[in-house]
Amino acid sequence: MPKIVRRRYIAVRIDSDQTIERKDFMRAVWSSILRLFGEHGASQTELKMIDYDPAKGLAVLRCSHKALPMIKASIPCITHIGASPVAIHVERVSGTLKALRRKLSL
Amino acid sequence: MKGFIDLHLRPNLEERAEIRRIIERSAELGYKAAGVSLPQEKLQEGVREIRKICSDVGIDFISRIDLEPRNSAELLRSLRFLRRRVEVIAVKCLSKSVARQAAKDRRVDILSFSPIDLRRRFFDSAEAELASRTQVSLEFDMAPLLYLHGNQRINLLWKMRIETIIAKKFDVPIVLSSGVSEAWLLRKPEDYASLGYLFGLDFENAKKAISENPKRIVERNRMKLSPNYVAPGIYVVRRGKDCPK
Repeated sequence: MPKIVRRRYIAVRIDSDQTIERKDFMRAVWSSILRLFGEHGASQTELKMIDYDPAKGLAVLRCSHKALPMIKASIPCITHIGASPVAIHVERVSGTLKALRRKLSL
Repeated sequence: MKGFIDLHLRPNLEERAEIRRIIERSAELGYKAAGVSLPQEKLQEGVREIRKICSDVGIDFISRIDLEPRNSAELLRSLRFLRRRVEVIAVKCLSKSVARQAAKDRRVDILSFSPIDLRRRFFDSAEAELASRTQVSLEFDMAPLLYLHGNQRINLLWKMRIETIIAKKFDVPIVLSSGVSEAWLLRKPEDYASLGYLFGLDFENAKKAISENPKRIVERNRMKLSPNYVAPGIYVVRRGKDCPK
């Protein structure tokens, strides 16, 4: 029987004066994870971007539930994307995408 | 006082707009109180000015001074002069003798150490034992974890991990503060609590380090600074007309 993979969905808010491109944001997240936990740690995160809204500065990421503390520690460490200073905050974490969207709309 | 407290903001006091920006950002991110580090020579003036900004923004202001004494005698002199004037006294320990003196003095609230020069981080078991008797807290500034990279951050995390283990063993309260001088480096309290994972502080204890631990320091000192305080354990509860005949 296949093992059920437990995942976590993370909504993050990007504070920046400039609009950040989807791939630049993802590159910054990966770079932060790699710097803090190395390639072995990064491989355990199973990180994927689910949704990205550059206008609202909101992104939804998915990761393995075991890697959640790693992702939550890596995200605040991002201080720049390209040349522009940014602050990225974890808004909400949920076990399902449906629950996350519900919490965000509250 | 409820909620999250950032005990260490270090804005450039010459730039009024920057002070306001940092305090407004703190309020936006969910802090209920902010401690602003003030220089000794501009204490009264700074307190008045920043208290006004904080009341405009709707955040509780905590006056704080960071002492950097060269020796124990200088530390004792400063404590004697300042203890009744500010709510929080932090000592940046630049030598072992100062660190030991600060840890055993009840008038000190917070011990802080250099994030760059790791040879000057004197928080070992002996220091922790002294601090646990006086309930002096150990402060970790989070800003260096954001702006340092490579070897410097690796070494800082390694040192912080050891200090966390020692602090837990000797029951020394840990305080997590931002330590920022620019608004864009500020993060939400929950984000700082998540950073605790990097140096072995679990999420619940990290949250306490940004809420309950600083709150205890501030409430204790406000009680001592109130006119009703007489001596440890002795307070005036009624005076004048309030006294029963």
